[in-house]
Amino acid sequence: MIAPIIRARNVAKSYQLGAIERPPNNIREAMLGFVRKPIERLRNGKRRDELTFWALDDVSFDVRQGDILGILGRNGAGKSTLLKVLSRITEPTRGRIELRGRVASLLEVGTGFHAELTGRENVYLNGTILGMRKREIDKKFDEIVAFSGIEKFIDTPVKRYSSGMSVRLAFAVAAHLEPEILVIDEVLAVGDAEFQQKCIGKMSDVAHEGRTVLFVSHNMAALQSLCTRAIMLERGKVVMDGEVEPAIKRYLAQTKVAARGNRQLSYNPAFKPSAVTIEATELLVNGEPGDTVQSGDSCTFRLYYRLLAPDGGPIRLSTQIRLSADGQRVATLWTNSIDGAGVEATPRGILECTVPHWPIRSKQMSAEVMSYVGQREEEEIRDAFAFASYDGDYYGTGVVPGGELGFTFIDHEWRNVPALDEELLDADSAA
Amino acid sequence: MRISFTDLWHYRDLLYFLTWREVAVRYKQTLLGFAWAIIQPLLAMVVFSVFLGRLAKVPSDGVPYPVFSYLGLLPWTYFSAALTRSSMSLVSNQNLLSKVYFPRLLIPLSGTLSALADFLIALAVLIGLMFWYHITPSISTIVMFPLLTVLCSLAATGVGMWLAALNVQYRDVQHAVPFLIQVWMYATPVVYPASLVPAKWRLLYAVNPLTGIIESFRASALGRPIDWPTLGISTLVILAAVAFGVWRFGRVERQFADIV
Repeated sequence: MIAPIIRARNVAKSYQLGAIERPPNNIREAMLGFVRKPIERLRNGKRRDELTFWALDDVSFDVRQGDILGILGRNGAGKSTLLKVLSRITEPTRGRIELRGRVASLLEVGTGFHAELTGRENVYLNGTILGMRKREIDKKFDEIVAFSGIEKFIDTPVKRYSSGMSVRLAFAVAAHLEPEILVIDEVLAVGDAEFQQKCIGKMSDVAHEGRTVLFVSHNMAALQSLCTRAIMLERGKVVMDGEVEPAIKRYLAQTKVAARGNRQLSYNPAFKPSAVTIEATELLVNGEPGDTVQSGDSCTFRLYYRLLAPDGGPIRLSTQIRLSADGQRVATLWTNSIDGAGVEATPRGILECTVPHWPIRSKQMSAEVMSYVGQREEEEIRDAFAFASYDGDYYGTGVVPGGELGFTFIDHEWRNVPALDEELLDADSAA
Repeated sequence: MRISFTDLWHYRDLLYFLTWREVAVRYKQTLLGFAWAIIQPLLAMVVFSVFLGRLAKVPSDGVPYPVFSYLGLLPWTYFSAALTRSSMSLVSNQNLLSKVYFPRLLIPLSGTLSALADFLIALAVLIGLMFWYHITPSISTIVMFPLLTVLCSLAATGVGMWLAALNVQYRDVQHAVPFLIQVWMYATPVVYPASLVPAKWRLLYAVNPLTGIIESFRASALGRPIDWPTLGISTLVILAAVAFGVWRFGRVERQFADIV
């Protein structure tokens, strides 16, 4: 039995979460703080009230040479930390990692790219940052440029490139790395579909050359087709290590864990409801509770409400769901924009709002909920929903379009209008 | 965790490209370009020649004051630029620190080396100046210049590494460095001769490694005897500073990504 190429033993990594500082109440406090704080900081060194967060907790595993290891887990499960520790960017707080071979890590595409330098110059800079020798780059330079498909602009400063072009160039450099161990974080999520296909192809070539690859992705299809083994992380611990298929199943099942009641809703204290209150929220993805939506899924927002004065006569409840993608407001779903005056409320009930084909692509989503009775605002709930949205087969073609195509899908149709009649065309252009 | 020299060796091409990037980018989108490397010490020389040489009549060991001060300002400008760039280098490259591994020491080293390019350009002015004042370089000039340049680089790197590492944790450093450099300049015989310092303080004065470097630089350019004991003390201090810098840097190197 050959010794494993990577051996991780009881690896743990903790981070100090700074304590939240209370802002000063008045000028006197602010000035006192100005004088006191540096002194306190010197005296205490590390402040006592800091919280320790274990991003990785007792992680052990071996990787054999030639393994293509997929790493799965939800956001915050510790995947990125694990990759950083494995690629020696940061040191584990506890535990030991043995690496037998040179590691190249790709946690970001185009690390060290400088906008003022030309494509050619950046290939050399980025290549050496990733651990290549100049001689190696000289040899592969033409291949790299051909792979990127931007031959014409190779001597143009990168600041003149479109973002797509610099990503292609950066990935082309990365694709030509030849380390014994390659560590990749989610970088396949860039470029257009064709380029992604090219990258996945390149990755499986790398795999067949007997190199070891560690690969984090939310792209289940890529994981499935590339990986020979998978480990799954949950809250910094390895909860599964083995076949790819069951790990993916577990990951998908986990992202669909019932959300109802688990979510702590944060109400805006500025509003005191008198007629109705929303007690819980729930997200249904294709009819089942979940917190991960793929473009094209049916997506239902449920608001569990209760009347505070059930005998007070009929109430028309209207609500708004304000959706944000990566913190940017993208849409408001409002009862009144559909039927004009909200819905007739029962003493208890679930208000459901369904988006039949979820249009947003890969974004972290959140939503505020506002409820109104008549003109009066009853309640405001920040972060009433929080969920991840991923690229999906929105158009039902069996292909997930990738890359730089915008952040949303829009229903549309294409049609060719045959120009049978010259006059019709002329009339159109005249109008 | 100690500095791994095999790793440094493997990444030697990166040192070249990082340095080259610093040099290439520095004068992009400037009108005067590399002329800035000459303008800085040259203008400083003019200012000091007028105010200190002419008006304050600071002695200059019998050499025309412009030559005297340029011979001090040239290595000093190099040292202060190298020190500034290396101590700021880690923080200004924080995206590299948190996204990819390579020996971190290369970053402050490239900061120092990029200043070297300016120094070599400014050296051309010195040759012109010596020609103008009919000062002929000697063998000692040719032998000592490279050696002193190496010493000066080591001094900047040793202190720079330490400050760079400290700056990752406490950004106070970047506010303190300009002030430190200003004070340091007046504690060094840049615009006045070391002979002004009373003999009983000379030993202490030599502990400032730049004293030995700049005095020897001047002496070798002018074909005068070098003050070996002073240069010896300076060299020892520099070696100690480098050892200290490498040690401090190695101790905190792997935490950079977490605290930067």
